[in-house]
Amino acid sequence: MSELPALAWLYAQLSLVAVGGGNTVLPEMQRQIVNVHGWMTGQEFAALYALAQAAPGPNMLVSALVGWRVAGLPGALIATGSFCAPSSLLSYVVSGAWFRFRDARWRRVVQAGLTPVTVGLVMAGATMLTEATSVDWRFAALTLAVTLVLTLTRLSPLVVLAAGAALGASGLL
Amino acid sequence: MQAALRPSADPPTIGALFAGFFSIGICGFGGVLPWARRMIVEQRAWLTAAEFTDLLALCQFLPGPNIINLSVALGSRFRGPRGALAAFFGLLSAPMAIILLLGVIYERYSGLPGVRPMFAGLAAAASGLVLSTALKIAAPLRHNLRDVLLALASWAAIVLLHVPLVLAMLVLAPLGILLAARSHR
Repeated sequence: MSELPALAWLYAQLSLVAVGGGNTVLPEMQRQIVNVHGWMTGQEFAALYALAQAAPGPNMLVSALVGWRVAGLPGALIATGSFCAPSSLLSYVVSGAWFRFRDARWRRVVQAGLTPVTVGLVMAGATMLTEATSVDWRFAALTLAVTLVLTLTRLSPLVVLAAGAALGASGLL
Repeated sequence: MQAALRPSADPPTIGALFAGFFSIGICGFGGVLPWARRMIVEQRAWLTAAEFTDLLALCQFLPGPNIINLSVALGSRFRGPRGALAAFFGLLSAPMAIILLLGVIYERYSGLPGVRPMFAGLAAAASGLVLSTALKIAAPLRHNLRDVLLALASWAAIVLLHVPLVLAMLVLAPLGILLAARSHR
């Protein structure tokens, strides 16, 4: 199980750079897992991410699936634990102090400066995921259609994901 | 503002923290945040809407998955370390079990005809979900040229230049804060 330390180190790092939420580290997770470690292909990673999206709970549980795929149950626990522990400890320590600075100018400045950067990172994650799942133009069209439907309507994401799975299973794609 | 937190009522017990976050974990399809707000503000009235927004700002400001940070921060404020652990495990235990079960099912049946195309369709749809979420997050920035350029720069650093995330953050985060400090002057 030489992968366990590698998983732990990878996810502990991701935990501390995931400013703005789990999705900002999606491109880096994909790059490390697919290109650096070669644990799976980009399309496999996208399928695991889709599974994590379709299941209830936080989307960051893709870490559990990746860990499980790489090193079984210990891998799942190590990856998820490493992804949560450093940032959770930080939250525990900082959350008490935060409210004392709620109106401080520096706090608003830091937030205003970080927001556009994290937005760009979330966009980058979405772009790289789309590249991986757009096997041909039909799948790209499905992604585009889902994007439009979920942006412009209030339809439940779960319904739309199920429709995507059904379209795939039907062999129309 | 510690005193403003639940001025009249006792803080939730360890068991209530576990149960509350457990209910978020099993409901939260396609993102947990709306469910978290519903449980914490509307159903159990642990926080007012303004307190929730403030706490969320902290959890978005800190690294790591926002909702997990929220469970730790809220649990610790009410019941210290044990409260933080109760909220954390309440939130993650059920989704973790469910997702591993799905993983087992996927691995066992992915060889069958029709299963791979089904997951390819699911994955393509999930990409659309992530794209639409990204667009919703990005929409408020579009009126500010500085924000648009910064967002584009961080997007390009990752997607076009393949810069490692840590390096990109080390350059872009200070740059963003510097620019924000100048315009807030």
